[in-house]
Amino acid sequence: MMADVFDRVKTIIIDRLDVEEEKVTMEASFKDDLDADSLDVVELVMELEDEFDMEIADEEAEKINTVGDAVNYINSLQ
Amino acid sequence: MLKGKSALVTGSSRGIGRAIALELAKQGANVAVNFSGNEEKAQSVVEEIEELGVKSFKVKADVSNEAEVKQMIKQVVDQFNSLDILVNNAGITRDNLLMRMKEEEFDQVINTNLKGVFVCTKAVTRQMMKQKAGRIINVSSIVGVSGNPGQANYVAAKAGVIGLTKTTAKELASRNILVNAIAPGFISTDMTNALTEEQRKDMLDMIPLAKLGEPEDVAKVVRFLASEDANYITGQTIHIDGGMVM
Repeated sequence: MMADVFDRVKTIIIDRLDVEEEKVTMEASFKDDLDADSLDVVELVMELEDEFDMEIADEEAEKINTVGDAVNYINSLQ
Repeated sequence: MLKGKSALVTGSSRGIGRAIALELAKQGANVAVNFSGNEEKAQSVVEEIEELGVKSFKVKADVSNEAEVKQMIKQVVDQFNSLDILVNNAGITRDNLLMRMKEEEFDQVINTNLKGVFVCTKAVTRQMMKQKAGRIINVSSIVGVSGNPGQANYVAAKAGVIGLTKTTAKELASRNILVNAIAPGFISTDMTNALTEEQRKDMLDMIPLAKLGEPEDVAKVVRFLASEDANYITGQTIHIDGGMVM
């Protein structure tokens, strides 16, 4: 289950941010390691909401800084 | 020119909003008609639009209410499958001299005329970002540029809209969402028909073109800003005022 969520999140990140697969680790920071700007992160969160059919509140979305933050948040809701 | 596009015009049951809704429809866009009070008038605008051979429906929402606006946007996207053009037009006046203006009068105008633009813009951004394209046209006012006695609330809101337009334009430019404002001067609508003959004469003296504008004069500029012809324009405020403020 965990791996599944990670893979789905990874696919979206690679597609959206146009980064190499190896760079997308649980520890990777969107802004520092994956070259995302704030709008990219907002957009990613929107895509994750669609992919996992959930709504991520603004307060929660603001806490998502790394790939792991996103994966863990999604897992906590499933 | 706008064939297959879909548009939402807030406050389009009458006045400038109505003219904008009809103009976009004439260019082939499907147009949702938002209203807050006058359902009958909104319905007749919908019928006029449908006669032009495009889709239309009316949708009631208070633009300053986030829940109602979200619902409205969802309805537009459900019915038209996209939302390409948002015209933030809904506005009210509660004129009074600053010294006599009640806090409530100030708040009401700021809520509808300024916060309403923020709420509607935020709500459509998601859809437009997904589409990687969109046009937002905010109806400010020439008094938002020049100031006007008796309209502290209205002027503050309309000046705020110009700032909001610039910031939104900068934030969303990378996603191909273009945001501009228009600043109509004295346009012949219910709002200006309420003026006395003397006020009207004073106004005309300030206008180089020496006449009132028509709602269609405004609508045509909105049509331009919504079209491919305006692909390289964002963050601007276009005066439609017969040269009153330069």
